[in-house]
Amino acid sequence: MLELALKGSKKYYGWVAVLLGGISVGFAVYLWQLNFGLGLTGMHRDVSWGFYIAQFTFLVGVAAGGVMVVLPYYLHHYKAFGKITILGEFLAISAITMCLLFIIVDLGQPMRALNVILHPTPKSILFWDMIVLNGYLFLNIIIGWQVLEAERNAVAPPKWLKPFIYLSIPWAVGIHTVTAYLYCGLPGRGFWLTAILAPRFLSSAFAAGPALLILLCLIIRKMTKFDPGKEQIQSLAKIVTYAIIINVFFLLCEVFVVFYSRIPEHMDHLTYLFYGLQGHSALVPWMWTSMSLMGIAIILLLIPSVRANESLLAICCVLVFCGTWIDKGLGMISGGFVPNPLHQVNEYAPTIPELAITLGVYATGFFVLTVLFKIAVTVKEEAAA
Amino acid sequence: MNKQMYDKKNVIAGIVIFAVLVSFPFWYNLGKAAPAPELVLTDAAKAAKECVMSKEEMKAGHMQLLDMWREKVVRESDRIYVSAKGKPYVMSLSNTCMDCHSNKAEFCDRCHNYSSVTPYCWDCHIDNPKAEVKNFKVSENSKEAK
Amino acid sequence: MENSRRDFLKIAGISALAVAGAEPVLNAFASEHGEEASKAAGFQKEEKALTAKQWAMVIDTRKFKSAKDLEPIIEVCHKIHNVPDFSKENKRHIIKWIWEEEYKHAFPGDASGFTDERIEHLPFLVLCNHCEEPPCVRACPTKATFKREDGIVLMDFHRCIGCRFCMAACPYGSRSFNFRDPRPFIEERNPQFPTRMKGVVEKCNFCAERLAAGQVPACVEASKGAIAFGDLYDPESEVRKLLKSNYTIRRKAGLGTGPTIYYIV
Ligand code: SF4
Ligand code: SF4
Ligand code: SF4
Repeated sequence: MLELALKGSKKYYGWVAVLLGGISVGFAVYLWQLNFGLGLTGMHRDVSWGFYIAQFTFLVGVAAGGVMVVLPYYLHHYKAFGKITILGEFLAISAITMCLLFIIVDLGQPMRALNVILHPTPKSILFWDMIVLNGYLFLNIIIGWQVLEAERNAVAPPKWLKPFIYLSIPWAVGIHTVTAYLYCGLPGRGFWLTAILAPRFLSSAFAAGPALLILLCLIIRKMTKFDPGKEQIQSLAKIVTYAIIINVFFLLCEVFVVFYSRIPEHMDHLTYLFYGLQGHSALVPWMWTSMSLMGIAIILLLIPSVRANESLLAICCVLVFCGTWIDKGLGMISGGFVPNPLHQVNEYAPTIPELAITLGVYATGFFVLTVLFKIAVTVKEEAAA
Repeated sequence: MNKQMYDKKNVIAGIVIFAVLVSFPFWYNLGKAAPAPELVLTDAAKAAKECVMSKEEMKAGHMQLLDMWREKVVRESDRIYVSAKGKPYVMSLSNTCMDCHSNKAEFCDRCHNYSSVTPYCWDCHIDNPKAEVKNFKVSENSKEAK
Repeated sequence: MENSRRDFLKIAGISALAVAGAEPVLNAFASEHGEEASKAAGFQKEEKALTAKQWAMVIDTRKFKSAKDLEPIIEVCHKIHNVPDFSKENKRHIIKWIWEEEYKHAFPGDASGFTDERIEHLPFLVLCNHCEEPPCVRACPTKATFKREDGIVLMDFHRCIGCRFCMAACPYGSRSFNFRDPRPFIEERNPQFPTRMKGVVEKCNFCAERLAAGQVPACVEASKGAIAFGDLYDPESEVRKLLKSNYTIRRKAGLGTGPTIYYIV
């Protein structure tokens, strides 16, 4: 089926060229980073994980979010989603690709990455994260490809695929849970040391993933002859609405515990993020923006007529996506490292090379996404014709 | 889906070009095999007469030996290696190997270059400690540190 | 010893593939029971090596008056371990194994507004605590950070992939990362100790290389008696004697990491 990705319109090729350009720039800067070291980034002794790991965390969520179309279809036999499960699976593949790339670009010695397998250490959560992420990638490649191939040949997907599909559903929850465990099991990092971290991650994932999927559906409808369907989009919108509300609720639970108990080690991180600490407040405007975006999105999404209007819905999805991105892609990692364990404030801001590499990874992910969606949509168009 | 072969000519040409490109390094070097490198022993190495293993074993297996040394020293805190002849050596690339073979360029590099390998041992381990050690001074009581 | 010899035979075997004329030597290796063979090709600790069940330190802060007293201690550690100096270059890339902190930073949970004057302004030496339950070891995905049998939490720079999970896990900020090649920033290097390469994490190694040679850590030696070093599980050791007769505190002991650096205040 891969050949389907080769035949496309001028616009398609233009977009692919833009992505390839982004990839080349990112790759060139990465070679520079490889040569110089991670000193090219804004990270330092105190904030030792930065933009890369934050994007990784956010994208694990996007990947897990894909399950929100798979689950209703296979477990609740919600037939409408049958049309778009493939989009959820392919979105997961590209998101996981980006996750793995972000891990690689964040390593100080990427050539030794295989040491994680050569010296397996089950006590380390990173070991498990590697297993669940690669497993999820593998599951989605198998499932997505088989289902699409079957659709193309107008036959039912092979029987042996069923167990894999059922496995992929808890697995999606697993990838984001394990990713949260990376952070929330560390003593002395009060911001992450909370049992609600994994649920928070999941709720924001189930908001951001489907929100992105809605946007992609709308784009596909505009650009191609395949219509993902009005009902499908409306159902996704409800999922986004529930998830973003739960996400904000979980956040408020955290805020209550932290500010009512007033234990400095837990409170100071949130204080830093929302009010600034010891005169440092780089993230304050971002965090309030994030809160407002999510708040406005909730209010709008709760109004049925707004949700039913697809242009307004699209705006809401952008708000949700940006709100959760700031929350996780900016605040979640820096917030945990500031103040440092000695209660000193050393802020972090990404550098330009760091952003270029990040863009390169995103371009790679969107390239994979474009190619996969192109194939999926062409198959759907052929089937309809 | 169609099993018929299109553009037979182009496909065959493509395969030929691919084969030529892949084998490029082989035929490029054909007939001009570089002579095996001459290694230079320092006076210290000559005087010692023997290494930690026989010359042949060292030639073939010094990398495995070093790999095991580092495992022993770093992870198991064994620091002494006893050779087949019963002679003890401190397992240290800088302080034992390079103490005798203080001429990295004429000893290590020649062979490594010849076989195009670039071990990164010397990114961390200092290649000629003898030359530097005289100048290195810390406070009175800790100058013996190694 | 048994293990070592088996490992060694592996090497000998590899070499034998390439070497035809080495039979006599190999035979000597292979005769498992021969007296000679057990002597041959083995590994040992250095005879004068110092050993313990769990090394520990007691820092008597009463013996320090000002930051000046700490300088030579910090200097000797950084110098003999080839710790680069980025203070003039880019502060972001700074690497430190042992350094001074104010009380309120070394013990952030315990400081109050009414600490006595001596303590409030006293510089505290901080370094890796060589924790008994080290979270950094738990987090490391490659065992590049591991706990040695004598309790030292050690780094294997050859194996470290630079993921910095250990830095997130350490609740004391004891670890530094080589954000770039450190060599140009080592003013005068100790040729007998390796430098590091870019992309790996490093920290205090409790002077493992000196213990192997029968010497106490360099900072202990340079402290003129203010720092004691010994086995935490030997009732006769110097640290145990000090712990018995003095009130001591540890950094963030409430986290359960079991830090083995004790402070007399
Ligand atoms: S102080 Fe930090 S680096 Fe040292 S052993 Fe404890 S957790 Fe690990
Ligand atoms: S940076 Fe190195 S030592 Fe630290 S956790 Fe990763 S592999 Fe282990
Ligand atoms: S024990 Fe050794 S490595 Fe650790 S701080 Fe003291 S001198 Fe430095």
